[in-house]
Amino acid sequence: MDVWARVTGHEEGAVGALRGLLADLLRARVVDAVLVPRPAPGGSGVVPALVSRPEDVADAEPLAPVMPVQGARLVSALTAGGAPYRLGAVLRSCEIRASIELAKLKQADLAGVTLIGVDCLGTYEVPDYAVLVAGGADPVAHALAGAPQGTVSPLPGAELRPACAICEGFVPSGCQVTVALIGVEGGALVMASEELVEELGYERVAAPQHREETLASLQAARRAERRRALEEWRSRARDVPSLLAEFGRCIRCHNCMVACPICYCKECLFRTATFDHAPAEYWQALQRRGALRLPADTLLFHLTRLNHMATSCVSCGACSSACPSHLPVSTLFAAVGEEVQALFGYVPGRSLEWELPLATFREDELSQVTR
Amino acid sequence: MAEAFEPRIVAFLCNWCTYAGADLAGTSRLQYPPNVRIIRLMCSGALDPAYVLKALLEGADGVFIGGCHPGDCHYQNGNYKARRRVALLKKILEQTGFDPDRVWLRWISASEGRLFAQTMTEMVAAIRAKGPSPLRGQWGT
Repeated sequence: MDVWARVTGHEEGAVGALRGLLADLLRARVVDAVLVPRPAPGGSGVVPALVSRPEDVADAEPLAPVMPVQGARLVSALTAGGAPYRLGAVLRSCEIRASIELAKLKQADLAGVTLIGVDCLGTYEVPDYAVLVAGGADPVAHALAGAPQGTVSPLPGAELRPACAICEGFVPSGCQVTVALIGVEGGALVMASEELVEELGYERVAAPQHREETLASLQAARRAERRRALEEWRSRARDVPSLLAEFGRCIRCHNCMVACPICYCKECLFRTATFDHAPAEYWQALQRRGALRLPADTLLFHLTRLNHMATSCVSCGACSSACPSHLPVSTLFAAVGEEVQALFGYVPGRSLEWELPLATFREDELSQVTR
Repeated sequence: MAEAFEPRIVAFLCNWCTYAGADLAGTSRLQYPPNVRIIRLMCSGALDPAYVLKALLEGADGVFIGGCHPGDCHYQNGNYKARRRVALLKKILEQTGFDPDRVWLRWISASEGRLFAQTMTEMVAAIRAKGPSPLRGQWGT
């Protein structure tokens, strides 16, 4: 059974507690290596790092509100086929959900992985975060200041990533260690198995008194914001011309696909010659149509990607953050994603046991499709 | 005067059932409208929705997918998987402003030449009633 505990014997505050927790997990050999954000080599920005020495977590930035890489991609790289060591991974809830989807897609092996889920206080776009930090702001302190009351707002003048602003799933689930910040007074509390808490020698505490209600009210606010944003999108993109008005600028750079944690295919259809054409075919098509939009097949790319991965979309927004044309990719995927997930009664990232909708079927279903 | 609208329908037919059904319709000299361009697949479950989308985005007025009746799949359960994919595709089309009713999935066996001809007649009439695809004449998407 999971119990609440306070990380003891380390620096004050949530960041100190998290660094201490990671060092303790390494020292106690609960894990052999930890995946956690750290200042980038050279000191500019924060990047994910894999560290094995307890002293190397001293400068970890586990709460830096920025997601340069969707962590599930790294969990996949580090565990697919089985890792020869025990990994501990500090992840946001959307990264955990994507990791679970990747495990079901056989692209990650979570057996033996200690998932350390941290309440997500939202993230900024990477360039915005750099500007904030360069300007002397402390985005971590700002986020932590509001966490006990469940006030998760960006720094004045800044904005959270659009996907974060409409995220209801900021509390991690399905992890071995939960680091709770929202609705928790005086830094972080952890929730983990009784055995682990005992092994680390942490002081057991009562469940934080106001956490449930604080989470519920923030979730309600986010749900309303999500409804509003997705309804606004649906009214804007209601037919093919209006969809083209939103996506017509796509240059098919595939950045969204590369950044997407779910798009794992080593040989994506769009990286093969499947839809390539010989020069003579362009000429033929030109004579038929009079003009050709280039590069071609941009809408085909997005619609196909929806078909291939929207059932597993965890709404992390990595696609939009990667888009050089600032297309509303994550809004499209969130809006369509919730509809197709409802079609199959599927919640991505909820459980390893829950079969992927396209990997299974029932004999008695969907009879309306063939009528 | 503009030419009268003739629907262009791309049909993806499974090798073992619907394609054989289409073949039977032909050898039985059954009449059905010549608006259908047939592409043979080994299984309806092998159809990537990308090809359906490609046809629609290139201006096809309708896409027909034909597979074996439930329980008859040559590969055990490809048609059940096709049904999930087509249900998903239709939901995505609906959500992105396309007309999902321009895509039909039907089960037609190798012995059902008559049903094939009848279904093609029905689909051509239904698409004719809808009018041309809004993507027709589009210079790119």
